[in-house]
Amino acid sequence: MTIAAARWLRNGSVCFVGIGLPSAAANLARLTHAPDVVLIYESGTIGAKPQVLPLSIGDGELAETADTVVSVPEIFRYWLQGGRVDVGFLGAAQIDSFGNINTTVIGGSYDAPQVRLPGAGGAPEIVTAAKEVAILLKQNKRTFVEKLDFVTSSGYFERSQRSGGVKLRGRGPTTIISDLGVLNSDPATNELVLTAMHPGVCAEQVRNSTGWKLRVAANLEITPKPTARELAALRDLHARTAAAHGTAAGAE
Amino acid sequence: MATLVSLREAAAELVHDGDSVALEGFTHLIPFAAGHELIRQRRRNLTLIRMTPDLIYDQMIGMGCAARLIFSWGGNPGVGSLHRFRDAIQTGWPAPLAIEEHSHADMAARYQAGASGLPFAVMRGYVGSDLPKHNKKIKSIECPFTGEVLAATPALHPDVSILHAQKADRKGNVLIYGIIGIQKEAALAAKKVIVTVEEIVDDLDAPTNACVLPSWVVSCVCVVPGGAHPSYAHGYYKRDNAFCVAWDGISRERETFRAWMDRHVMGTADFAEYRRSSGAEAKVISHR
Repeated sequence: MTIAAARWLRNGSVCFVGIGLPSAAANLARLTHAPDVVLIYESGTIGAKPQVLPLSIGDGELAETADTVVSVPEIFRYWLQGGRVDVGFLGAAQIDSFGNINTTVIGGSYDAPQVRLPGAGGAPEIVTAAKEVAILLKQNKRTFVEKLDFVTSSGYFERSQRSGGVKLRGRGPTTIISDLGVLNSDPATNELVLTAMHPGVCAEQVRNSTGWKLRVAANLEITPKPTARELAALRDLHARTAAAHGTAAGAE
Repeated sequence: MATLVSLREAAAELVHDGDSVALEGFTHLIPFAAGHELIRQRRRNLTLIRMTPDLIYDQMIGMGCAARLIFSWGGNPGVGSLHRFRDAIQTGWPAPLAIEEHSHADMAARYQAGASGLPFAVMRGYVGSDLPKHNKKIKSIECPFTGEVLAATPALHPDVSILHAQKADRKGNVLIYGIIGIQKEAALAAKKVIVTVEEIVDDLDAPTNACVLPSWVVSCVCVVPGGAHPSYAHGYYKRDNAFCVAWDGISRERETFRAWMDRHVMGTADFAEYRRSSGAEAKVISHR
């Protein structure tokens, strides 16, 4: 999953990175095929090149290895809202078939939730200001759901329904990368379609791990197996991280 | 001009029950010592403001200091949930907690509007999000020039903003470096400002474009070495990840939480004693 997500990032692109899996994948990309990818974290670090994965979005490692460190209002206003970000690379607690994201509440109501999640963070503006968005999360019926309890950050459906006079800049969440495969939004309907499966996964398994009736692309691909170089780079990154933090941040 | 006082005096004099208080620090320089002092002094009915409520707000909420929380992301970074924050929202323990929830970009904009003397912040935000349905402070406004619809939220003006910084000079000028987060905006938006620092120096030796809070925008400076622990102070000590992981277990149940807080925070006189009591020694990595 981390390797599949890393491959998706193009060298030289400017990437606004979420913590956890997106950060692991973005740094793996930087350490393998995309040495010139520019990683921006919402703590204000631009061009961060961490040797170990950060445990929090504002670890000192990010500041020490960045090209520059700016304030939080600056990162959101000039760099994100200003249209400088190519790719938003995000995690989520739940998504639906149109790439809408929930990171707010599960079950009950907003005022009396069954489970209170951390909340929005930077995502509501990242999904609309970045030119394109990829979402990374593990796939099962609790994470890929028919209907979200709360739309924290919008995908396609909500946008087309409610965008009104608001100018949208990016293409939205075009790609979902899970531990089972890759889903892409169908340009005609905006619905997420399974386009690739990771080695050893079958379509039935993906369907059974999805809360909605999942469409499968006619030309379904199989993700190429991880190369020795990719695996070595990922293991080294996790080993350095574990040694530094005493934990495996973002480990799969 | 900032006065140099103890944290106990600063908290007692400047922070009152019912105040709106922003303890800021975007994952860096989080003013833990100041939060502990407010807990010790049993402040109540505070409106707590913070982009990223993490362990210190979990502690303040669990100890009953807060009536309201204005925020944009509440979690234990890299670890998981904040159990006291969740308990307060889900079950109202130890007291009901009203929430006013935003996105990061919006919170940053609200502070910036406050610092700028503007009545509201404007941004491209919340397109398609459910947050505006549940937060009446999030409204929309039409650009008078282009007709574009933008999000608008009121400026933040905390009664008191509390920050931790690396150092101050004897006049009370404060230098902040590394990830500076929202520190400057939180200070300039507030009516009163308390800054705890690692040390007082003769000369700040600040680079020309450094983030400096001049003495005359700061109410009080308090020397509290290690005062950001378990977060970090760039150039002084690293983040104590082990403590953040341990907090998940300590805070999971009300009883273990209360016992830990009673012993290490309520049962200690100040942050230095807390550090000895909890074993939370911030290891200094370098000075300058």
